[in-house]
Amino acid sequence: MQTGHAATYEEVQKIHPLYFNIVKKRYWWFAISLLIIIPGVISLFMQGLNLGIDFKGGTMLDVTFSKAVTQASITDTMKSVGLEGPVQLSNGNTSALIRTEALEETKRNELLAALETKVGTYDKTTLKEDKVGPAMGQELTRNAFYALIIAMGLMIGYITIRFEFVFAISAIIALLHDVLVVVGIFSLFRWEVDSTFVAAILTIFGYSINDTVVIFDRIRENQNKMKRGETYEDMVDKSVWQTMRRSINTVMTVLIALLSVFILGGQSTRIFSLAMLIGVFSGAYSSIFNASQILVEIKTHFKKKPRKGGKAVRA
Amino acid sequence: MRRENIIKLVALVLLVAAAVALSIKPLVDPVKGILLGLDLRGGVHLVLQADQDKKGTPITKDDIDKAKAIISNRVNDLGVSEPIVQADYDKKRIVIDLAGVTDPDKAVEILKTTAKLTFRDPQGNVVIQGDDLKDAKGGQGQGSGFVVNLTFSSDGAKKFADLTTKLVGQKLGVYLDDKLLTNPTVNTPILNGQAEITGYDTLQAAADHAVLMRSGSLPVSMSIAEKRQVGASLGIDSLHRSIQAGLYGLIFIFLFMLVFYHLPGVVADFSLIVYALIVLWVFWMFRVVLTLPGIAGFILTIGMAVDFNIIIYERVKEEIRAGKSIRAGVESGFSRAFVTVIDAHVTTFIAAMTLYAFGTGSIRGFALTLGIGIIASLFTAITFTRLVLRLIVGISPKMKTTWFGVRREV
Repeated sequence: MQTGHAATYEEVQKIHPLYFNIVKKRYWWFAISLLIIIPGVISLFMQGLNLGIDFKGGTMLDVTFSKAVTQASITDTMKSVGLEGPVQLSNGNTSALIRTEALEETKRNELLAALETKVGTYDKTTLKEDKVGPAMGQELTRNAFYALIIAMGLMIGYITIRFEFVFAISAIIALLHDVLVVVGIFSLFRWEVDSTFVAAILTIFGYSINDTVVIFDRIRENQNKMKRGETYEDMVDKSVWQTMRRSINTVMTVLIALLSVFILGGQSTRIFSLAMLIGVFSGAYSSIFNASQILVEIKTHFKKKPRKGGKAVRA
Repeated sequence: MRRENIIKLVALVLLVAAAVALSIKPLVDPVKGILLGLDLRGGVHLVLQADQDKKGTPITKDDIDKAKAIISNRVNDLGVSEPIVQADYDKKRIVIDLAGVTDPDKAVEILKTTAKLTFRDPQGNVVIQGDDLKDAKGGQGQGSGFVVNLTFSSDGAKKFADLTTKLVGQKLGVYLDDKLLTNPTVNTPILNGQAEITGYDTLQAAADHAVLMRSGSLPVSMSIAEKRQVGASLGIDSLHRSIQAGLYGLIFIFLFMLVFYHLPGVVADFSLIVYALIVLWVFWMFRVVLTLPGIAGFILTIGMAVDFNIIIYERVKEEIRAGKSIRAGVESGFSRAFVTVIDAHVTTFIAAMTLYAFGTGSIRGFALTLGIGIIASLFTAITFTRLVLRLIVGISPKMKTTWFGVRREV
């Protein structure tokens, strides 16, 4: 190891104690991905997402009472002013999360006054209220959709310019994989989604591709140095392993950051950090195990074509 | 060479420490420091939608302007520091942000009622309603100064003629809701329904009043399309929680880098402090309003900012393993890793920008922090991390490769 030279495939294998051929086993990785995505997609078609008021419209009140309350007393009070909706208690039954239709100010004040007299006094300084009209919710969904499409278009453009079109397609498939995993899991477990979920999906979209691009960058570099007799599969496998430490360590630091937000950040950012945690994990998986293998798959298929017209190559 | 580098390094460490110590106070200053969104200090966010009346009369840009003028006028009375009132002409909306308002319920109560223009006699009796006023425009007066020209409807003209005949020499109060807007003296009876209020110093002042008077006579009915209200102590609680989350995140990332990257890990941690400082000062400089999702975005970018260091160090390790000296390894590792990092971060930046373009409210705050974070992390890595690494490898050519996490087996 005296002279500077590019590491060989064997050397790369030797450095990593847990080495195994990732590219060769690619159909297994695809299968694992499908195993997670398919139930999610089915659930998405059957029951959709559990949409919060940001999408559906409605009023959500987070009220902290001075003493423990019962669900029935709140539901009854709501009925007395002609309202209904789910109530969730937390914090030793002192906090109530009330969801109902989008309330006009007079109706809202009527409800709060009724709660004060019939259920108990509440702390005005910790009151949280969200009211979203139905039209606003539709707008949010539409804008999120546009944002995804435009971001996708721009990314395909950028990767095509910097790499090749095939790289762009592989990266986008891996990205859609991550989005489907997150949306699917949220649908399966009926976790409620709000506007921060949209932000999370888009961030995953932006972040997961970051991982993929770093691996692709190495493939691009190694591709130009490919020697005779070296197969595309081996070159990609080498590239994936050369960047393995980085892939894992980067994901670790991001997961540390997200975990601290998830655990300590409080209720308002929980959905966001949960979606991000799943997305970042899935993003790391798809970057290592899917994106490059999709690339290999496409490359090997297209390479055969020009040979078909030429002379028969047979052993 | 060696001693010089050590002195430079020590100076750099002291410089950063001093920068941190000096930054804390101005950044967290409640008035001049980084602006906090209403989810972090309590307040109310309202989106008012202009509704068409039953006849289906289209809502014009002018209508929205009038509504905005009235609302701004009322908001200023609430005594909130830095209130935001924005008009969205396409969607016919007015967005109001009142961070730090003490009684949000009252604020909403005041804002949602429709403004009403009235003319009152000196005794305070309402003598003419705003609906009788057809138009009000600011303009140049005949003498010096500026005026508001009033045009009354035919009904209003009659009432105004009677009134001004009766009140010659007395004051006529023009009220918006219960607030006195202006208090002109009636000089002569005005019979043709064309009045002029004189005594404005600037055209802008006259035009502002004209808008308010017009608005009173032509109220756009507005309903609350979106409302987000956060109690003050809940906001403070969220702020403390996020700061705590950020601190723990930072500490664990520090430890992680230290354990896995040894000496360069220390450099990474050090760069991270510089990075955080830059981002916070950028927030301060551009008056970015920090929201809860914004803080989450910031913590996320801390995790991402380390990425640059990780990419470089892994590359440097490879170069050293391939037989290069530590110094050459750092140089070539840096330049090679830079291409990788640019490509990787441009894509994330694209996502942040689209999110900013399409997002609303707090999502926008998140996208902005993410975008600023990406640029700042690139900047820190190119300038600071590189400088420190160069200084360190320049200390001694016989530095142990294990400091860089490379075990060289011969």
